[in-house]
Amino acid sequence: MSNKTSKSMVQVGNAGPGVRSDCLISMELTDSSGINIDLKSRVESMYGRSIRELVMEVMKFYGIKNAWISIEDSGALPFVLLARLEFLIKSFISSDKEFLPELYDETASVSHKESFRFSRLYLPGNSPSLMLNAGIHKPEGMILDLEDSVAPEKKQEARYLVRNALRSLDFMGAEKMVRINQLPEGYKDLPFIVKHNVQLILVPKCEGAGEITGLEEEISTLKKKSGTELTIFLMPIIESALGIEKAYEIACASENIVAMAIGLEDYTADIGVSRTKEGNESLYARTRLVNACKAAGIQAIDSVFSDVGDMEGLAEAVKKSRSLGFEGMGCIHPRQIRVIQQGFIPSASEIRKAENIARAFHKAAGEGRGVVSLGTKMIDAPVVKRARKTIDLAIKMGLLNENWLQQEKL
Amino acid sequence: MRIDDPGMIKNAAGRMVPPEVNGNAQIAYKGVNKYISTSKRHAPSVASSANYPLDGNKLTSDLKDALVKSGLKNGMVISTHHHFRNGDYLANQIFDIAHEMGVRDLIWFPSASFPCHQHLIKYLEDGTIHHIEGSMNGPLGRFTSQGKMKGLGVLRSHGGRYQAIQDGEIRIDIAVIGAGCADSFGNANGLSGPSATGLLGFALADSQYAEKVIVVTDNMVEFPCHPWQIQGNYVDYTVKLDKLGDPEKIISGTTQITKSPDRLFLAELTARFCESAGIIKDGFSFQSGAGGTSLAVGEFFRKIMREKGIKARFARGGSNKYLVSMLEEGLVDYILDGQTFDLEGVKSMAGNSHHIDTSPFTSYNYHAKGNFAGMVDVVILGATEIDINFNANVVTHSDGYLLHGIGGWQNCLFSKTVILPVPLFRDRIPVIVDEVTTLCGPGELIDVVVTERGIAINPLRKDLLEAVKGSGLPVMTINELKKEAEKICGRPQKAELDKEIIAVIKWVDGTLLDSVRKVRY
Repeated sequence: MSNKTSKSMVQVGNAGPGVRSDCLISMELTDSSGINIDLKSRVESMYGRSIRELVMEVMKFYGIKNAWISIEDSGALPFVLLARLEFLIKSFISSDKEFLPELYDETASVSHKESFRFSRLYLPGNSPSLMLNAGIHKPEGMILDLEDSVAPEKKQEARYLVRNALRSLDFMGAEKMVRINQLPEGYKDLPFIVKHNVQLILVPKCEGAGEITGLEEEISTLKKKSGTELTIFLMPIIESALGIEKAYEIACASENIVAMAIGLEDYTADIGVSRTKEGNESLYARTRLVNACKAAGIQAIDSVFSDVGDMEGLAEAVKKSRSLGFEGMGCIHPRQIRVIQQGFIPSASEIRKAENIARAFHKAAGEGRGVVSLGTKMIDAPVVKRARKTIDLAIKMGLLNENWLQQEKL
Repeated sequence: MRIDDPGMIKNAAGRMVPPEVNGNAQIAYKGVNKYISTSKRHAPSVASSANYPLDGNKLTSDLKDALVKSGLKNGMVISTHHHFRNGDYLANQIFDIAHEMGVRDLIWFPSASFPCHQHLIKYLEDGTIHHIEGSMNGPLGRFTSQGKMKGLGVLRSHGGRYQAIQDGEIRIDIAVIGAGCADSFGNANGLSGPSATGLLGFALADSQYAEKVIVVTDNMVEFPCHPWQIQGNYVDYTVKLDKLGDPEKIISGTTQITKSPDRLFLAELTARFCESAGIIKDGFSFQSGAGGTSLAVGEFFRKIMREKGIKARFARGGSNKYLVSMLEEGLVDYILDGQTFDLEGVKSMAGNSHHIDTSPFTSYNYHAKGNFAGMVDVVILGATEIDINFNANVVTHSDGYLLHGIGGWQNCLFSKTVILPVPLFRDRIPVIVDEVTTLCGPGELIDVVVTERGIAINPLRKDLLEAVKGSGLPVMTINELKKEAEKICGRPQKAELDKEIIAVIKWVDGTLLDSVRKVRY
């Protein structure tokens, strides 16, 4: 261990009247007199002792014998404290050792290529309080964001927090997603997420297949190093005119790409127009992206709707989005999740229609007939395929019983 | 007294309580419905009309004049009520006058206190006020918790306060009743004027049982002031003041439903539970407070009722614009209102005959021939802590600080189904614990705990457990909820409290349910 005494005091985290579930820690290495902890905590009477013990344990882990540590704690959970401490320590010493919190749930749900991704909630990567209960709102995906919602000087501390959150948060069934920084900065994010059960990585401002292949190489190197075999899916975000031109090429760049999203704030800026609610300015880009996705056999995901107070506008936008062929949308507030889900799930009449088609197909298959008809209409394969998709969706959303075929239909 | 004093008594809930409080002998809690009083009600002195002006004009020159005429002196019990909430100017003025007159060792007996009353801390320090019997809210609670008050605090529910006055457990020397509207005879109501509060139910017992009663208003009208929520026949003196309080803080212009997605989620889950359990049915009744989450529960009720064409017979308020609009929409036949929280509520009470004012006597008094609380189908309440036996705490935080009053909370526990929607943890502090810091409500009366991560139903309520089977609701045991909280937050250490007792918690029947200990700070 080599003590670098060039830095005198380093700070990490957040504190203040509006801050919850976080802490501000300052640290200084000293020459003697052991570890001194100056703790001011809102939860002192219940967790004061355990916070002090945790600090001592971490110091011992990294072999730090003399330091002054001041903690202003507003109820930070252990994984937050650990992330803050590790960042601090590593700004004084270089060490490959990681002090990892235990995995919240070893048997966390597995994500599939076909998993629904109607709503995915963005969570700023350096704000623990927003992460803790996000899962209760049941988005299909929770994105711990290292990109735009984290200030440049906070990137590194956020990486520790995101890593620990991936391990410690209860995602309640949501797909564990991380939006990394634009490449090449995003490469620095990978060691903090790859072996910590991330299920999908969002790649922002993607402009070519080369970025994806480079990323894949780095991911597989990291995977080999850590011995993890979990599949990590990718969702490139297209945010520029060039990206749109390359959409199909990007969509096909890796078999791990399961969806591709469009980011309209940056896209409209790139083509030099302002973003409107009607969205005529981005219609070409959106339809082109949808087409590229369908051609590549992946999901097309729409941009976020930025007015969190306008639920009717959002519902309208979702309707339009679905009609263009999108299969999901980003959320920046939990209130948007339900509206988006309701917009993308099939309506009762759609489900009934799909049931009838699938039932007719099933019957025909049972009777050994190749040609399926419903009433006077002939039904061909793509219609059946679409009906099946609707039914799967309805079952998954709890709108249709799994044994619907067995249930007598009047 | 100290918690380990050999004279302390272990009550039926296993809590240590003192044999006497501020010099008065006490009865330890014996269990729900176990203590039956056989004593007589208290009565103030007989008054004679000969001693009052025949023309009915009891107006005095000012508040001091009225207090002096009422015989204000050392050691008296002075009562006020909390209809003016955090905008109250009156209580502070009374003690300013007492201080100026050099009166000492008063006992303040409010129906509740608010942060605006931290003005009185200096009088608690200098001996003008000896102690408070009533809720300790915010700064007063902090002061009390640190062991700085001379006597013991006594916390009662709204119903318990009526009971204590009626039973003569506490004898009010002077009651000062602030009213939005009054005449010089003392008839008063809260329906109009700049300090309108809707109703004056919390002052009813004070008017009936106090030795001297003063009615104070900033809106003196000519006789008759009607309806007379407070009857002038109980009143000794009337006073006209420029301003009773800050209207903005008395009644909020608008009560707002929470915008917090987490709280909305909790409220919706609570409403879904009630729907699945079959509680929301034609002719049902409910009570839910004016806190952000409770308001939201009401709104989700409305949605369900509309969808299913269900009407409630009555809703108990805390009224507010949301409840009023349910009344006006025809979803609720009656509002039985205990306190009005916003201007819409005040307006509705003044103009709608189905918006009825109630008092702690009609709604909550345990020592009466019944009360309304038990008739309510479902009540939604809060708690700071709930333990694995469903016992709950509403007055202290887990660090031991006394920061809230009991309000009508204890009384409402007698409703048919009691539901506590609470977050599983606040910041890092688990709400579900091994043992509550302070016992305010026995677990046998608490039926359901709804958290964002699961719902626990009291095993005593087999009917509810049965009713929500197969509903898809996340039903868990309370132990599972506690484990979940500890998995996320870590296992908390028990707050280390001082042995000294600083306040006691009364049960609805006047017995001692628990003691509150001084904090170490």
